[in-house]
This record gives sequence, structure tokens and C-alpha cells, in this order.
Amino acid sequence: MINNIYKLKSPKYFEKTYSELDVDKDVIVRPSYLSICKADQRYYQGQRESKILDEKLPMALIHEAIGKIIKDNTEEFKPGDNVVLIPNTPTEENEYISLNYLSSSKFRGSGFDGFTSDLVSLKKDRLIKLPSEINFKIASFLELISVACHGVSRFKKIANDKKDILGVWGDGNLGFIISLVLKTVFPHSKIIVFGKHIENLNLFSFVDETYKVSEIPGDLAIDHGFECVGSHSSQVAIEQIISLINPQGVISLFGVSEFPVSINTRLILEKGLTILGSSRSEREDFIEAINLLKNYPQMISYLNNLVTDFIEIKNLNDLNNAFNKDNNKSFGKTVLKWEI
Amino acid sequence: MIFAAILAGGIGSRMGNNEKPKQFLSLGNKPILIHTIEKFSLFNNFEKILVLTPKDYISHTNDLIDKHIENNEKIIVLEGGNLRNDTIMNGISYIKENFNIDDESLIVTHDAVRPFLTYKIIEDNITFAKKYGACDTVIPATDTIVEADGGKVSAIPKRDNLYQGQTPQSFKINKLDSLYNNLSLDEKNSLTDACKIFVLNNEDVYLVDGDETNIKITHPYDLQVANVILNETVLNNDK
Repeated sequence: MINNIYKLKSPKYFEKTYSELDVDKDVIVRPSYLSICKADQRYYQGQRESKILDEKLPMALIHEAIGKIIKDNTEEFKPGDNVVLIPNTPTEENEYISLNYLSSSKFRGSGFDGFTSDLVSLKKDRLIKLPSEINFKIASFLELISVACHGVSRFKKIANDKKDILGVWGDGNLGFIISLVLKTVFPHSKIIVFGKHIENLNLFSFVDETYKVSEIPGDLAIDHGFECVGSHSSQVAIEQIISLINPQGVISLFGVSEFPVSINTRLILEKGLTILGSSRSEREDFIEAINLLKNYPQMISYLNNLVTDFIEIKNLNDLNNAFNKDNNKSFGKTVLKWEI
Repeated sequence: MIFAAILAGGIGSRMGNNEKPKQFLSLGNKPILIHTIEKFSLFNNFEKILVLTPKDYISHTNDLIDKHIENNEKIIVLEGGNLRNDTIMNGISYIKENFNIDDESLIVTHDAVRPFLTYKIIEDNITFAKKYGACDTVIPATDTIVEADGGKVSAIPKRDNLYQGQTPQSFKINKLDSLYNNLSLDEKNSLTDACKIFVLNNEDVYLVDGDETNIKITHPYDLQVANVILNETVLNNDK
């Protein structure tokens, strides 16, 4: 069957393309709700290196999505089931390295086409059925929540037991979600968020304290730090974490930077710190994210505040407008209702 | 009950000197008709997918379906008529003879030679036909349309009100059947499209948003374009 795929051909320019899709293999899904990520914006705005853009484009963007089962040749799902789509796509298994960190794994909207298409064919293990009561707008960015769950679960495994004060740097979407997951998983820990924008920090009402990064009290110390800043500013954030963190703490890095970042290795050595990088999530992290939302419904109301734009996409103009609108805001997720 | 009727009755007189009717020509690795049937076969709610084809091509069509489409028990190949509406009415006769339909039962009719239609367009057709009884898939006209009489321009209609008709066109079956039977022989002969059956009876037909790439492969040029856009993508995918 001919499938319609909507690809970014060059920065700010989408085009409709076609490919043949085998409807008698795997699971055929119709995307329903999608969410724009900063990584998508870096392609759309042309902020990746031109060599990377040349290599990867044309490519369909967007790796945060849910959809509806249209046809399942594996008999795992029923037509009409709502599912979350897992963007990491492994090509092999490894005894020591998890699927989301294998260099052979491909990632939707980065290594190959994302989810902006009429239909998508996925292996059955790249899909998880959603509970019937789930909020679709929030479910559209389950991938981002699963990355937070993934990082927090890795942190849990290696961090010492003293988790009295956890510091989160970054007042954007990821900082918001990490803080919320931390507050839910470690309800007895004090969660402090450090950011630049007071209007964003005001939305973090569920945490214990917030500070502007330029106004941190001199005597403040944290047990562990979470960097959710990315790009140029991640250097300053990491510097602050290293200086405020107690010895043998864990620094979890989540922010993506296009540029190499210098860090103070002397203090890392002196304090015996552990640096933990987390980016992509796997199936078990999506399951954990779904269970969190199910077991802690209060998370939903906070996550609802994160949906700052909800846009129906009926054509490529709508898609362009959504990307431009998303780019002009400092906080919140843009959720797309896929009606194209 | 919902039925699909894929109209593959044409003999392709505008397609040059090809031996085969245009719906059997290859687009990528498969005949155009197969691409179109595959899209409809994704919908679980179709009771049957009728494929109406020229009499001499019934066996050929069945062979192609067996070769290319697994689990094809929902697909029925029938003989088309001389004109487009005869073909649709043949499909309706078959449905009425073999199924116990009610006034809510629908038929989604589609040109076999429009293989680029999207899932969304079919879904919207079902929704609109259920709600309103009849719908037509259209896109806004981009060219100025000129009406002429005796070799001279007689009118230039306002473009804002003009649309280019595509397919699917979808209807409540019993209503379509009874409205067709209301028409005089002259009116029946004047029909160029099934929606006109409703219009001549002063019945509303609602618009479904089509897509400029839901093209009809009518001329040799269209097939070249269709193959180029499909192959271009394959090349890009191989990058």
C-alpha cells in the first residue's frame, strides 16, 4: 500500500512523500496525538550542523506520539486499541548494553523517519496499550515522561541512601517533569528547582523550594543534582551543581548540548562524584511512566499545566504554524491532534 | 453495515495505446488497483469491499488480489457497468441481493485510479455519510474555471465557490437507490457523477476535505508523475 509520509526536506520546509508499506507485516498504527520536542525544533529551525542536516534530511520528525491500532498481523492488539509508540528501534540485543544505548539501535525522528505520516508500521514490542482512562494530550508526551522515569530509575540504583535534598536545574519542560517524578518517587525528599525564569518557576508549585540561578543562598547544599538545561547554559548549571553538591553525590545529566561542555574535574574528583548521563528510554520505562500516571493521578493535573498549545493538524501549513508557535515560547508542550 | 465500492470499470480510453485498462498498470511494484484496495482493506468496519471491473478482467482482477493481498475474503469482484453510475448501481444491486441492509447502511465509492488517498479521507467519508447521508471529497479550485458557449466565454464563476471533485463519494445506500430511481431517463443520462443524483433531487451533499495529491491517474502523464513521486521517495529512503 502507498503510505503518505510528511518529511522535513530542509529547515522550515515540510513536504509530502510516499513509500510502499507492507500491510501484511507487523502492526499498522494511525498516529493520533503527537508532541513537539526540542530535538525536532533543532532540525526544523536548522540549528543542527549543516553536515548533519544534509545527511538526515529529508526525514519525518517527531518521536513523541500515541496512536490507534488499525491492523495487527501479530494478534497482540485489537483494531481501535490506543497505544503509545516507542521511538527507539533496536536491531540487535546485547548482554551488557540496554537497547536504548546500543549504537546499532535507530531512533525515530533522528536516525530515521519519525511519526508524521498517514500510517506507521511497528514491531509489536514497540507498542504498549494505553489504559482506557488515560488523558491523550498528556499521553502524547509519554516518551518524555519515560525518559524522566528512566533517569530516575538509574539514579535510584546507584545513589547513596541520603536523598534529603534533590536539586533540579532547569525550569523548562524536562525540568518540570523530572521534578514531578522525583517528588512522586521520593515524597520525603526536599525538591529544589533552580531556573532562570521566575514565571516558569512559579508553575513548579508541587516542589519544596525554587530559586533563580542568580540568587542561590550561599549556605545551600544538595545531596544529588539533576541537570535539565542543555545547550550553552548546561555548563553553568553543571558548575553550580558541582559546587553545591555534597560529597559522593550523583549528578544526572539530561540536557542535550550541541557543543562540548567544560566541567570542573578537580572538584568531581575531590568530592568523589558520579556523573550519570541519560537520554533515551526503553519499553520498561514507558511501562513505569504509565503506571506512575495510573497510581498517582495528582500528577495529571500538574502535567495538564504543561500543555500550553493544542493544535489540530489538517495540512502542512498547520504543521509549520505549530512548529513556529512552539518555538516562540519558553515553557510548555505543544500537542498536535493528527488530522492530516 | 458499511460497504466500499472501488470503481475499476473504466477501459482507459485516455491512457494512450496501453493494452491494459489504467487501473491494472503498475505503480511502483504493484498494480494501481491493488494499492487502492489495500488502503480500504485496513478498515475493519467494511462488511465487504466490492471491486467493480470490466467483465473481461474479472478473472485477472481476482488473480491479482490473490497474488498481492493476504486474508482477502472480504473482497468481492463484480462486473462494472457501461457508465460510472451503472457501475455503482451494480454494486448496490449486489449488496441488496446478498445483505439485509437498513436505512443507515453506507457505501463508500472510490475511483480505483486514485491510489494516493489517505486513511483520514476514508475515515472522514464514513463519519460524514453516517451523519449527513451523503458526502463528496473535494479540494478548492486553484485554476480559474471558464464557462463557454459557442467558442466564447459566457461566464467566469467566482473561484471561492468552486471545488474540484475527487473521490471517495459516500452515501446511505437506500437513499441513493431511491433517489436514483426518482430520476427520469434524461436525468440519468446527464449524470457525470453520483453526487449529482442527490443534487438533482434537491438533497444536501456535504464536503469532505480532499488532498491535492489524491490524484486520478487518467493520462499517461499522470502515471509518469505518480511513479516519479513514489520512486523519488524510495531513493530518499535509501539515503
